[in-house]
Amino acid sequence: MFNKTVKELSAGLSNGEFSSLELTQLYLDRINKLDGKINSFITVTEESALKEAKAADESRSQGKAGLWTGIPLAHKDIFCTLGIKTTCGSKMLDNFISPYDATLVTNFKNAGAVCLGKTNMDEFAMGSSNETSYFGKVVNPWSTDIELVPGGSSGGSAASVAARLTPIATATDTGGSIRQPASFCGLTGLKPTYGRVSRFGMIAFASSLDQAGPMARTAEDAAMMLNVMSGHDPKDSTSVNIAVADYTSGINNSIKGLKIGLPKEFFNEHLSPELQSILQISIKVLESLGAEFKEISLPHSDLSVPAYYVIAPAECSANLSRFDGVRYGHRCEHPQDLMDLYMRSRSEGFGQEVKRRILIGTYALSAGYYDAYYRKAQQVRRLIKNDFVEAFKGVDLILGPTSPSEAFGFNSKGDDPVKMYLEDIFTISTNLAGLPGMSLPAGLINGLPIGMQLIGNYFDEARMLNVAHQYQSITDWHTLAPKNC
Amino acid sequence: MSIGPEDIKIIAHLARLHVSETEADKLCHDIGNILSLVDQLQSANTLNIEPMANPLDATQVLRADVVTEMNKRDQLQKISPLVEDGLFLVPKVIE
Repeated sequence: MFNKTVKELSAGLSNGEFSSLELTQLYLDRINKLDGKINSFITVTEESALKEAKAADESRSQGKAGLWTGIPLAHKDIFCTLGIKTTCGSKMLDNFISPYDATLVTNFKNAGAVCLGKTNMDEFAMGSSNETSYFGKVVNPWSTDIELVPGGSSGGSAASVAARLTPIATATDTGGSIRQPASFCGLTGLKPTYGRVSRFGMIAFASSLDQAGPMARTAEDAAMMLNVMSGHDPKDSTSVNIAVADYTSGINNSIKGLKIGLPKEFFNEHLSPELQSILQISIKVLESLGAEFKEISLPHSDLSVPAYYVIAPAECSANLSRFDGVRYGHRCEHPQDLMDLYMRSRSEGFGQEVKRRILIGTYALSAGYYDAYYRKAQQVRRLIKNDFVEAFKGVDLILGPTSPSEAFGFNSKGDDPVKMYLEDIFTISTNLAGLPGMSLPAGLINGLPIGMQLIGNYFDEARMLNVAHQYQSITDWHTLAPKNC
Repeated sequence: MSIGPEDIKIIAHLARLHVSETEADKLCHDIGNILSLVDQLQSANTLNIEPMANPLDATQVLRADVVTEMNKRDQLQKISPLVEDGLFLVPKVIE
């Protein structure tokens, strides 16, 4: 049963094949049995999950059930959940019981979904391997002899879905944090257009780049999730007031005649021959469905990582200034004066990577450097966006790799943060431009899953999901499960 | 652009973070590498290019000037490290 998709589970609940209580208990049992090794959950909300499941079954017996009534899911621990510990993977928030729900959490509650718990993540979503979490590393369920990273920052969400500990999970993506873990764990993950999903109650890292999205096994489940997540929210001034498409209604449409661009900057000599050949096969599959391909150019692609590592740290240094040891979060013992309270609370509460990014951001925004770094990066950001706008004049969609390689081992990037930053080389540009991007399983390298990336035009998620679903209807990469799960 | 241990200490103070001598040396090296990466930006011709702060070029939305939030002070202060009579307590600031 744990291999069923949300669509199948919803049908099973509706036909009376099983109850939400049975389903919820099944996943809780799997978490208890398997998560000790994987560490994908920071908090398991067993008691409230069973209560919610009972309430869902009760609603169903009264004829008040919808598509989502009684479906279990997990939330990334970046989303505030009323009365439940919300840590963002940091010691700073180890004691933080959120006094409210994020809008996205409310949406799933209102739809009738059951929350199994909160998933592990890189501290404050800063990382590409889940190694920076205060709550310990997450192990990729696809690991065999050597333990491998699940990707990051939504590594707990990805690992938990891949290990069938939950049918789906919510996630966030600031520079690739949904798509790269989806690629490493054999999942379908989508970062929507900036502003499509409310950021209210989602702990901020880089506010102009952060976006929440679904982590699922199939494009159809991702589409169902996006239907619940999307929409305008008056509580988030950057959420966009544009009508939401029904993301499931068009997924069976033909993709005949669809024009897909292949950026020549992504298909260069740095791409491994294995990944190159996987992408070529995927292109053939989409061609067999009627899609047409052409080469395009995104000339400023190589500047996306440099621009990101000014803009994201700058926004992070401003956002994380709220953690002062006064109002909530970690507070040091016996502060001598106010400065000591600030300095020690923050130094004890934040991990190394978070501190490094706060320092880079503070430097980039400091007097004398603002123009050279921050202003310049924002100008380059516009050049990167303009490249995409130009490209989308000739194509409907863009296809490329998600991550440069399959999942790697722990500590394999050494001590140099730049090596880790280059993990996101293919994903960062869509965050800078605010465009939607998704990763879907496209093959195996050395027995490990690897994704391909689809980049859509603004608010064109329905078309991306349509293409992904069509691809998944004639391939089976998305159905593969790790051996031990 | 190179950065020295003294610069790191100044930035750390601005960011209200404590950095030890050994950490400062390590950070110099790491941040130096990151700044070399970032220096690639200088190769771009950005003459007359308007900086982009929001990917949709949206501007701040204003709402009607009416009260929408109820007073939740007690609820919000339940998770505070140290409060008294509805006030957050900090070490003495004025002698």
